[in-house]
Amino acid sequence: MPVISTDKDTDALTLTFVAEFDADVERIWQLWSDPRQLERWWGPPTWPATFTQHDVVVGGESRYFMSGPEGEKSRGWWRMTAVEAPTYLAFDDGFAHDDDTPNDAMPVIHGSVRIEDVDGRTRMTTVNRFESVDQMDQLIQMGMAEGMGLAMGQIDDILAA
Amino acid sequence: MSEPEADAVFHALADTTRRDIVRRAIRREQSISSLAERYTMSFAAVQKHVAVLERSTLVVKERRGKEQIVRANLDTLRRATRLLDEFEAIWRDRVVRIDALLAEEASGATTAPSTESER
Repeated sequence: MPVISTDKDTDALTLTFVAEFDADVERIWQLWSDPRQLERWWGPPTWPATFTQHDVVVGGESRYFMSGPEGEKSRGWWRMTAVEAPTYLAFDDGFAHDDDTPNDAMPVIHGSVRIEDVDGRTRMTTVNRFESVDQMDQLIQMGMAEGMGLAMGQIDDILAA
Repeated sequence: MSEPEADAVFHALADTTRRDIVRRAIRREQSISSLAERYTMSFAAVQKHVAVLERSTLVVKERRGKEQIVRANLDTLRRATRLLDEFEAIWRDRVVRIDALLAEEASGATTAPSTESER
């Protein structure tokens, strides 16, 4: 497993997630900066993400939607708050209305990723900061379909094996 | 909750005054001085009870000006932990997908290098 460590700070409502990969820094940066790469891993197989806009510059925005198994769509946006290619990206991640405008009534996650070389491997440290426990709860409620889809996908894999 | 944590919680709740403090703090936040007025014990004794509750994470204490404020923390901590667990699971799955993507690319590059430029 490439996961190195996770740290959950319940007071600061922050999740720090560290993983290492056998790839160079530039390659891992592409996973985030190239929307075609990003959409291959951001959502689970049953709720794949499609990025229709992805401007990786400070102040730049993204639009994406995740498609559920019943054809339902969950729309979101990113706004880049810091970009230091190929080593650092910080962004706010929120929900969008059907017309792709940000839904200000919904929670926003403050996310960042740091990408660095560690002895020939690449370490990716993602940090997610939430604004409140209620907000986290709301996100999980919203993401319940995603979680369910995930579990079902795993069951499918087991059945197919 | 681990055994030592459970012990701390049950120890904290084994005292009448401490149970009363928790009940009050659940209803609304309390200053230690206002709590001290309710009981026939000293301010310092109330502070000790609050310190026991604080160690058990049932309450949190914060200084606000000259006052020390006590808030119930049980639900918040429990929920925060559970929710962070869920986000951790989402990231674990993302990392597994990234790993698969990189592995697929590595094997694809050796078997069919000519298609690489078309991606």
